[in-house]
Amino acid sequence: MTALTTAFRGESRVRDVLLVLLATVLIWEAAVAIFQPPIIFLPPPSAIWAEFMSSPGIFLKHMGYTLGTTALAFVLSVILGVILAVGIVQSTFLERTVYTLLVALNSVPKVALAPLFVIWLGVGMAPKLAVAIMLAIFPIVIDTVLGLRSVEPDMISLARTSRATPLQVLLKIRFPNALPSVFSGMKVAISFALVGAIVGEFVAGGNGLGFLVLVAQGQFDTTRVFVSLVLLGLMGTVLFYAVDFLERLMLPWHVSQRGGAGAPVAAGAGA
Amino acid sequence: MQVTGTAAPYVRIEGVGKTYASPRGDVVALQDINLDIRPGEFVSIVGPSGCGKSTLFKCLAGLESVTSGAMQVAGAPLDGPPESLGMVFQRDVLLDWRTILGNVLVQAEFRKLPKAGYRDRALQLLQRFGLGGFEEMYPWELSGGMRQRASICRALLCDPEMLLMDEPFGALDAMTRDDLNLELTRIWQGSEKTVLFITHSISEAVYLSDRVVMMSRSPGAIVDVIDIDLPRPRPLSIRETAEFGAYTQRIRHHFAELGILKE
Repeated sequence: MTALTTAFRGESRVRDVLLVLLATVLIWEAAVAIFQPPIIFLPPPSAIWAEFMSSPGIFLKHMGYTLGTTALAFVLSVILGVILAVGIVQSTFLERTVYTLLVALNSVPKVALAPLFVIWLGVGMAPKLAVAIMLAIFPIVIDTVLGLRSVEPDMISLARTSRATPLQVLLKIRFPNALPSVFSGMKVAISFALVGAIVGEFVAGGNGLGFLVLVAQGQFDTTRVFVSLVLLGLMGTVLFYAVDFLERLMLPWHVSQRGGAGAPVAAGAGA
Repeated sequence: MQVTGTAAPYVRIEGVGKTYASPRGDVVALQDINLDIRPGEFVSIVGPSGCGKSTLFKCLAGLESVTSGAMQVAGAPLDGPPESLGMVFQRDVLLDWRTILGNVLVQAEFRKLPKAGYRDRALQLLQRFGLGGFEEMYPWELSGGMRQRASICRALLCDPEMLLMDEPFGALDAMTRDDLNLELTRIWQGSEKTVLFITHSISEAVYLSDRVVMMSRSPGAIVDVIDIDLPRPRPLSIRETAEFGAYTQRIRHHFAELGILKE
């Protein structure tokens, strides 16, 4: 119960975010009304809202598709990433091979590899998942490895003199100790998974908000592009805060969760 | 430095040396250490930083092997961590995600002992160390002194025959330190536990110990072992007596002669 109340702390931050968003919308609307740019250049928020309301079903369907791809890619990245990280920390062989390879791959602009996945996997959900996982798995692996390694040596000494088995050290010390790190990796990964899903939809087409943006752009339907972008923005924010909420729920003991100060900064840059 | 009397030593350290390989050649951390510790004896090791006292501690805990010589604990040659051992470090190394009670019980979990059976003992220990009512709190909700108390409870949970303590009170303020010195001697007295206590503080070593082992650095070696014949139980005020002063002065003087302390 205390974990729940801790997790809900931060209402004032939500209020701040909403206020800033509201102000942005008002200024935007006013600016368009005053300067009257061509609608193909910048539609006002009211037109974007009207466009959404004209066919909400279609937008929501595509949004659901992108959300599904992102969520599935994210969950798979977390599972695969944590397993890989545990392997890397436990085995020097895996560290030399898999980890070295991952670190090298990480410096490749992975988005540029997206067309390859279309060749390999076709145009269904598979290439979109693949691109999203490829982007999202790196922060998970790297942060989890970091967390698993950053255990105080005395803690390990204590466990060894208490005759703990290596499995106990992993499960009772290393893993819980790594959780804050895993979560910071997850916060980056959730944004990266969304980016990957969109890029996948750009190149593989068929479904999703990325596909919708592409089609609308072909028709110079700027308003429609903006509806998709707003929905994407909303989705990204909600997903990020969902992970943030989960972290508060699961790690009430962690330093970053205590004071309630220090709003998490959405980490979605790069990729 | 050998034990006189009939009882077999609980700890026997014979000709122990420890050399680390480093890029700039071998570093001798310990050289020809000989020390016997009687069962139930409280022995402190004092010495400057880098005198190898922590290395000796790690070797005795079975965490590191020795380069030469041999060690025995409870009559058996040391080969890995001794069976009945409690460890206290300078930092409390409590697990942040466990309550105080959970942190104490982790000792039993690691040893695969039934947690239920140790719960009552853990609660008793916490009570005894002034942590009654804090059992369900998390380490970060407690002060440094309380955290270190909890880590001592963790070390004592399985009633170990030997306690190894590596500067356990070094990071605490003077008053908390006094408090814990007093509590530690109270717990130790009549417990028949053998304690090896590492400290920087000469006065702390004299106050707590039956014997004080002086070590010097490069290479780490024992330079003297001093019997402390002060009556027990010792009130904190014993530190203001002339006898106590004579002991600390003698140790300080010896370190000064070795060029380790300036007078």
